[in-house]
Amino acid sequence: MNASKPSFREELERLEAIVRELEETDIDLDRALELFEEGVGHLKTARNLLQQSELTVKRVLEEADGTLRANDLTV
Amino acid sequence: MGGLDLFGNDGAVVASERAWTVAEVTRRARQLIDAGFTRLWVRGELTGFKAYRGGHWYFTLRDAQAQVRCVMWRRDNLRLRERPREGNEVFAEVQPTLWEERGEFRLTVRELIPTTAGGRWQLELERSKIALAKDGLLDPARKRPIPIYPRRIAVVTSLDGAALRDIVTIVERRWPIAEVLVLAARVQGDDAERQLCHALRTINRIPNLDLAIVGRGGGSREDLWVFNSERVARAVAAANVPTISAVGHETDISLTDLVADVRAATPSAAAEAAVPDRAATARSVDGIARRLAKALASRTVVADERLSRTGDRLTAATQGHLERQSARLERIAGKLDALSPLRVLERGYAVARDAEGRVLKQVVQFSDEMLFRLRVSDGEVRGRAVLK
Repeated sequence: MNASKPSFREELERLEAIVRELEETDIDLDRALELFEEGVGHLKTARNLLQQSELTVKRVLEEADGTLRANDLTV
Repeated sequence: MGGLDLFGNDGAVVASERAWTVAEVTRRARQLIDAGFTRLWVRGELTGFKAYRGGHWYFTLRDAQAQVRCVMWRRDNLRLRERPREGNEVFAEVQPTLWEERGEFRLTVRELIPTTAGGRWQLELERSKIALAKDGLLDPARKRPIPIYPRRIAVVTSLDGAALRDIVTIVERRWPIAEVLVLAARVQGDDAERQLCHALRTINRIPNLDLAIVGRGGGSREDLWVFNSERVARAVAAANVPTISAVGHETDISLTDLVADVRAATPSAAAEAAVPDRAATARSVDGIARRLAKALASRTVVADERLSRTGDRLTAATQGHLERQSARLERIAGKLDALSPLRVLERGYAVARDAEGRVLKQVVQFSDEMLFRLRVSDGEVRGRAVLK
């Protein structure tokens, strides 16, 4: 039941923070490159997520012992 | 509570031989009446309505056989949207009592609902609404915002209804990044209330959940009625993620609509409210990519200048560092090419330096006829300043 996909929101939030830091603060080159590289990584992840086209639909079921299980569901 | 117990606990007083004062009799009568009744609902015709200056209302309820005086205190009647009219048939929630000073039996009215508002169900609904309001569950300040980019969405509805198909279709089109977790529950009929409450409690145990949609498609008023259940409404209110309630069509408003964080007119509208549009989001990501490129490009001017000095100015140790940096820049440049908006770097940034290699950043650093070197993307040219 735990989500494994990266969170688009977190990717975007970090990316925006990076852009703001690059735009607004007078940082040295090392730091700028570091931020940029990190930003490119988040950009890639975000765009990959947006590429995805198949929605996951699952049905949540409760086991006899109360634990939750998610089964694929075709709607 | 049973009926009146006139001779139960305190028979000695009733059997006493001395004469009672009037006040004693009326007090005793009030005690017996207060103890003998719990709150109850009375249906009758309202007549002789009078509102006093203090805001309290006095009137009579009657039917074909009897009548009884009533009072509704200001604190209770303030909640009502309108005054009852003479001759209205009403449901009144009352506490029977006795007004000692006048020895008058009367009903203290807590709640008053015209029967024209509907039958028994409507009455229950109005009561539930009041109960939810008392617990603060209808407070607009309670409403939570829906997360913008949800990853996990719970849908509480029937497996075979149109609502689920509608929701899945729209989420798939707009935001397939999300995962839809369906918690099946009957949405009408006998067991619907229990199943809905159970499903709503279960969503609180799902990890990393961003929001929940609860609802069903259109149907008759009776079909939709379970969404007016106070228990279901309270289960919606108890969800620990933001909720969207979508019951029936545009015109149907249910109790769950009132307690949910967002009310959607239909299940389709709920799905639209739940997720962003992928295409629009992609465009805003492109915008951020452009800003990122631009922000770095303005730094790269400085980087370029440092790299060009490696040969003659810096020690071997520093050189190693700069070479690593250079390799890194190339690596990044490769990435930049992959990201079309980043081609901005090729658009022609240059660094000017004087004979000693100092970077010329401002006009004041130039003098007329001064020679300088200009570093461009593929090499260096020499220049002469013309200031006059």
